[in-house]
Amino acid sequence: MLRFLIRRSLGAVVILVLISAITFFLFFALPADPARLACGKNCDPASLALINENLGLDKPIPVQYGEFMVGIVAGRDFPVGHCDAPCFGYSFVNQEPVWPTIVDRFPTTLSLALGAAVVFLAVGVGLGMIAAWRRGTWIDKLFSSLSLLGQSLQVYFVGVLCLAWFVSGLSIMEQPAYHPITENPARWFSGMLLPWLVLSLIFMANYSRMTRSQLVEQLHEDHVRTARAKGLSGRTVFFRYAWRGAIAPIVTIFGMDLGSLLGGAMITEYTFTLHGVGRLAVDSVRLTDLPMLMGVMLISSAAIVVFTIVVDALYAVIDPRVRLA
Amino acid sequence: MVAGELVGRSPRQLMWRRFRRDRAGVVAALVVLFFFAVALLAPVISWLYGKDAYTTYGLDRPELLDPVSGYPMKPNGGIDGEFWFGIEPKLGRDVLMQLVYGIRTSLLIGLAATVLSTITGIVIGVAAGYLGGRTDYFLGRLIDLLLSFPQQLFFVAFMPVVTALFVSPEKETPTYLRVTALVLVLWLLGWMQLARLLRGQVLSLREREFIEAARVTGASPWRIIRRELLPNLGTPILVQSTLMLPMFVTAEAGLSFLGVGVVEPTPDWGRMFAKGAEFYEGDITYMFFPGVAMVVFVVAFNLLGDSVRDAMDPKTTR
Repeated sequence: MLRFLIRRSLGAVVILVLISAITFFLFFALPADPARLACGKNCDPASLALINENLGLDKPIPVQYGEFMVGIVAGRDFPVGHCDAPCFGYSFVNQEPVWPTIVDRFPTTLSLALGAAVVFLAVGVGLGMIAAWRRGTWIDKLFSSLSLLGQSLQVYFVGVLCLAWFVSGLSIMEQPAYHPITENPARWFSGMLLPWLVLSLIFMANYSRMTRSQLVEQLHEDHVRTARAKGLSGRTVFFRYAWRGAIAPIVTIFGMDLGSLLGGAMITEYTFTLHGVGRLAVDSVRLTDLPMLMGVMLISSAAIVVFTIVVDALYAVIDPRVRLA
Repeated sequence: MVAGELVGRSPRQLMWRRFRRDRAGVVAALVVLFFFAVALLAPVISWLYGKDAYTTYGLDRPELLDPVSGYPMKPNGGIDGEFWFGIEPKLGRDVLMQLVYGIRTSLLIGLAATVLSTITGIVIGVAAGYLGGRTDYFLGRLIDLLLSFPQQLFFVAFMPVVTALFVSPEKETPTYLRVTALVLVLWLLGWMQLARLLRGQVLSLREREFIEAARVTGASPWRIIRRELLPNLGTPILVQSTLMLPMFVTAEAGLSFLGVGVVEPTPDWGRMFAKGAEFYEGDITYMFFPGVAMVVFVVAFNLLGDSVRDAMDPKTTR
């Protein structure tokens, strides 16, 4: 296990370095005038000159990239001021380093992603199990139609409808907002409830479909038949035998979904005016704040890569046949 | 013809017969065709309906909009015999025309991205699978790398970079450049799934006897790919591109919703949601038609994808 984790972590570092190199190249080598793009919409010649001086844009690209990477580990001194490690760059629009802003926004994204993940995993897998248990009946058919519909819904439509109905219309839910859980857990919960539910509505369709098809497949397997033939109860066969075989692919997509949600659910955050990492990315595009975007890109890629490793490690725990060689 | 006589049918005829029997699939295909017809015939619809997507009817005729709030005077977003889907709050443009031309913009972008991604996916997937060895290794790593990019974020983040390739950030970006940039960004991260799928298929096909036979008879690699491999890849290509199109259309709409895609005054499906989110407290009707149209569109495409797969490959079960 330890060897596996070390090997995979090294692989992840390679991937992250490659992603950072590509992103850096696309952001700072491809545009004719990266200083102009880093400067923001309201840019004057003075700040343009300042950026040119600070980013060292006259140096060769590999040197610039090297300085950026060293900055992440060791911190960096810009002429405008010191940037503590981990230094992901300096946002000239906000006039402060990128990292503290991302750290500031992250709890919102974390709350959104984790809360929604709990709901869509529990409800999605639950519905899938019921559909597989009662396969062929009207319940099964109803659930598969619902999951087709759920898959086809868009947050920017359903989210706004829910805001109009439940918040403005019926006033049975609070206007979505982020309140730190450390200050007031009840407000944190009520403020995030609607975004969680809407996000789950869209995600859980995939899980219920996947759970159902995996379980149905497993129920036809030899080991399940043997378990039945031994006279085990239907419940034991279902949960101890079929379910254990069905769980692995679900964990895979769950890891991928959680990773990408932690990188910022942009449309959801935007719809519910939550100021998370995704919203930060969108705002940075609008203000053309390249250093900030670069930071968000890297952190989000890291979230995805880390969760892929976690999932692979979990695989071995769930399915002993998988060898971590 | 005598009853029970055996009739020879080509695989394509068999597929068509199976597809025609699938009622859900046929309905889905008709709905999909309807959307394409709407997009294609938008100018005709505009001419028949007597309105366009740009004229601000509400501003020209003050009796249509409430002078204080800017919302339509009539209930339900101003739906009546003249404005079938109502009028837009504030500017007072016709919602039906906005939607018809919006579908046209979004479908055009989605279709262009689908065609480009499908071609790229075929070229890279077949190259990796057929050539094998080092080519396969590097293409495989490239696909892995691109798949670990955060996709949505990539779409959003590279819009300004791609637009900056064509036009200086100080200047206004013309609409056709925005559309080109959208297509490019969607294409760059859209082809990997298909390529990976085709690579696997080619890998197993390559070892089959008929390919070996072709090779023994001296067929060139190009001929083998074109005449022996590609006809056997029709099903995954068709199914994947049927699923790709709604993915691109919703992604494009998402970008325009976030304000980094198509912007005013060009009509766009996603931009209507951005407007709808602005107006929802006063006029939810504005959002209703584009939203329902989008759901119907995506459901139809998903059903169509399933039916095409069932018809082409009857062995697999859903």
